[in-house]
Amino acid sequence: MEYVIEMLNIRKEFGTFVANDDITLQLKKGEIHALLGENGAGKSTLMNVLFGLYQPEGGEIRVRGKKVDISNPNIANDLGIGMVHQHFMLVENFTVTENIILGNEPTKFGVTNKKDAAKRVQEVSEQYGLNVDPHALIEDISVGMQQRVEILKTLYRGAEILIFDEPTASLTPQEIVELIQIMKRLIAEGKSIILITHKLKEIMDVSDRVTVIRKGQGIGTVITAETNPADLASLMVGRQVEFKTVKGQANPTEDALSIKDLVVEDYRGVEKVKRLNLTVRKGEIVGIAGIDGNGQSELIEAITGLRKVKSGTISLHDKDITGLKPRKVTEAGIGHIPQDRHKHGLVLDFPIGHNISLQTYYKSPISKGGIIDYKKIDEKALQIIKDFDVRTQGPHTPARALSGGNQQKAIIGREVDRDPDLLIAALPTRGLDVGAIEFIHSRLIEQRDNGKAVLLISFELDEVMNVSDRIAVIHDGEIVDVVVPEETTEQELGLLMAGHSVKAQGNGNNDSKKEGEDQHVN
Amino acid sequence: MSIRATNLLVPVISVILGLLVGAIVMLVSGYDPIVGYTALWNGIFGDLYTIGETIRQITPYILAGLAVAFAFRSGLFNIGVEGQLIVGWFAAAYVGVAVELPKIIHLPLAILAAAAAGALWGFVPGLLKAKFHVHEVIVTIMMNYIALHTTNALIKTVSDGGDRTESIFLSASLRSEFFQNLTDFSRLHYGILIALAMVAVMWFILEKTTLGFELKAVGFNHNASEYAGMNVNKNVILAMVISGAFAGLAGSMEALGTFEYVSSKGGFTGIGFDGIAVALLGMNTPLGVIFGATLFGSLKYGALNMPNAAGIPLEIVEIVIAVIIFFVASGYIIRLFLLRAAKKKEAK
Repeated sequence: MEYVIEMLNIRKEFGTFVANDDITLQLKKGEIHALLGENGAGKSTLMNVLFGLYQPEGGEIRVRGKKVDISNPNIANDLGIGMVHQHFMLVENFTVTENIILGNEPTKFGVTNKKDAAKRVQEVSEQYGLNVDPHALIEDISVGMQQRVEILKTLYRGAEILIFDEPTASLTPQEIVELIQIMKRLIAEGKSIILITHKLKEIMDVSDRVTVIRKGQGIGTVITAETNPADLASLMVGRQVEFKTVKGQANPTEDALSIKDLVVEDYRGVEKVKRLNLTVRKGEIVGIAGIDGNGQSELIEAITGLRKVKSGTISLHDKDITGLKPRKVTEAGIGHIPQDRHKHGLVLDFPIGHNISLQTYYKSPISKGGIIDYKKIDEKALQIIKDFDVRTQGPHTPARALSGGNQQKAIIGREVDRDPDLLIAALPTRGLDVGAIEFIHSRLIEQRDNGKAVLLISFELDEVMNVSDRIAVIHDGEIVDVVVPEETTEQELGLLMAGHSVKAQGNGNNDSKKEGEDQHVN
Repeated sequence: MSIRATNLLVPVISVILGLLVGAIVMLVSGYDPIVGYTALWNGIFGDLYTIGETIRQITPYILAGLAVAFAFRSGLFNIGVEGQLIVGWFAAAYVGVAVELPKIIHLPLAILAAAAAGALWGFVPGLLKAKFHVHEVIVTIMMNYIALHTTNALIKTVSDGGDRTESIFLSASLRSEFFQNLTDFSRLHYGILIALAMVAVMWFILEKTTLGFELKAVGFNHNASEYAGMNVNKNVILAMVISGAFAGLAGSMEALGTFEYVSSKGGFTGIGFDGIAVALLGMNTPLGVIFGATLFGSLKYGALNMPNAAGIPLEIVEIVIAVIIFFVASGYIIRLFLLRAAKKKEAK
């Protein structure tokens, strides 16, 4: 069998840390080969070696049977290897064509020749069914379309082998379906693909074979058709993984959080939360299900004091916390795992240890009289790192250097460790692998079992269904219904989220709001 | 090559390269670089007097550098150090002239007046940034002009139409008999001790206090700081006030140490602007600022000797000095070059 790429016994070290240890990956021509591993397992490192960004300390790389030395990305390009990065490398206010030719601009009489380039972009786009408008501005097109531009860029430059780094992380379900079609089309046109991911479903859907790595070590390669998600998951994390979150019966007691007639506006003055009512009791997890942009962000920001409340009240244990500053809200007993961990959750240039004390640095025992005892910060950091299995070289490593999963674990550790009466978890598992997701879910449930209230916001129905004790469906700034997961289905939730009313299923918590819209049947 | 060796080698190579290119500039213009550099060396370290004067020159550079670096660490670009320095200079000189008090009260009062004036000049852009999101670069540039012309007008008023004030009372002076005796009666004054103390103060604020923790957090990511319950607006204002106070102190060095008066100015002193380069050379760390200020201060002062002793016109001298500083600032390029060389060696 002909291999287009062989990475044999690759070893990559960073100082004393071994990121890749004896990993072998062989890509056949015309296959989709998945590279599976937890966050921080060394997938990106391996691909950066292939792409010439890192030099391996051991092993060899063969392209079409010939041993090669890829010392920089230009050589990778010349060998026909193209990378579709997870974080797009596009200039927002340039057109599609301008972005594609950037760095390699065709010229005619010394002037950039965009016209011919645009035509060529159009041709390539049509050949692979990408449907990209060469003249559109990047800032005007959707995330899914931007990703196609990235794909187009590699194809335009003659890539035969495409590396997709976590391509579905920021896509909507519909866009994911389309991406999978595009990948299949690419294969049909004779390309070969390496797909980096930790999503088992995608692997089962599209890949031909899977290479699994765990903690920097190559575990092996299996044929997708001969395996199943459960086996893959245990190969990846090295133990049995429970897909269905295990949890006992909830024992809710008195109200912890109660929100009454809350109205919140966004920065343009448009009402995003409209007379919303919600209660979360001690000892239960309430999940908020909804499509992105229906007021979830504004709701959380209003509770946590990051956004002004226009009217209505928010109270925690009968104490009015409406309009309090974020610090007062924190001190009142609310923990918050923010939606965007890079924007709000972490100061990326700070050491991870500083980040763990980001809300407590000013208080005893860390500070006395305005002077910080940095030893105490380190002690706390070491404790969280240990208790929450944050994989880092130590408390002084910059937060930026941690993988997404470990950054998230540090944030969750920080929030849970303060033992808040109400924990708000906004998209807590976004972009994480099954092992980390399982860990985070069990921590949320643990909080609940300790008699704390948990408010979970998620766009993933699986997550809401599995973890919540009650589900409040949000649509257009209102809670349109409150249901119990055991008594509902994803289809029903989907309809509610889309704003269609469904007869509530004999449960005492249903909200009286029903919208008299037509029922769509799919 | 170890990291430590690289760190040591980079500045050395930078300075040598700068000197080489500077020599070429002198050669091309028809002057003897050896004579030129001898004059520069003698202008910096020639005798005790020049050494004293060099340190005197370094003093305000340290404080101006601290001012810029402190703002940078809080995520703010304070271009207004120049103006804050000018109002500090005036305030210190005014207090020094207007009253006569026992030294133990008069001198601290004059110094505090300078710091307060600089702080006020930093407060305005800080407030505008915090409350109305006006960019601090624009406001501070404008505040520089306001400072220059306001102090000129005030000097005229204070001195009954003259263009300089009286000399300050001795009770407000930083003059140091001890340093003078040590350095052959240079104008070296006690200000250098204040400057070094402020280096320690900045280090302490940034590395030990909750305020420093907040300022750095806000500087890196104001969204996360707000989420964590820090008062972002308060920190922005405070950062500008402290930065301005450092700049005001730089002014007091001139008012109470070097000149002992304030005169109306046709243009900016340049110290505040050079403070930006000093801070960047020192990578915005307190200790680094000492290094940057020493480089700047000694080259600037030593260069004054080149026209006299070597007959090189001031214009050429300024080009040579600029070239040397340029090479030091581009240490990054040299670092890259060293890394490449090391890699090639490894590959073989």
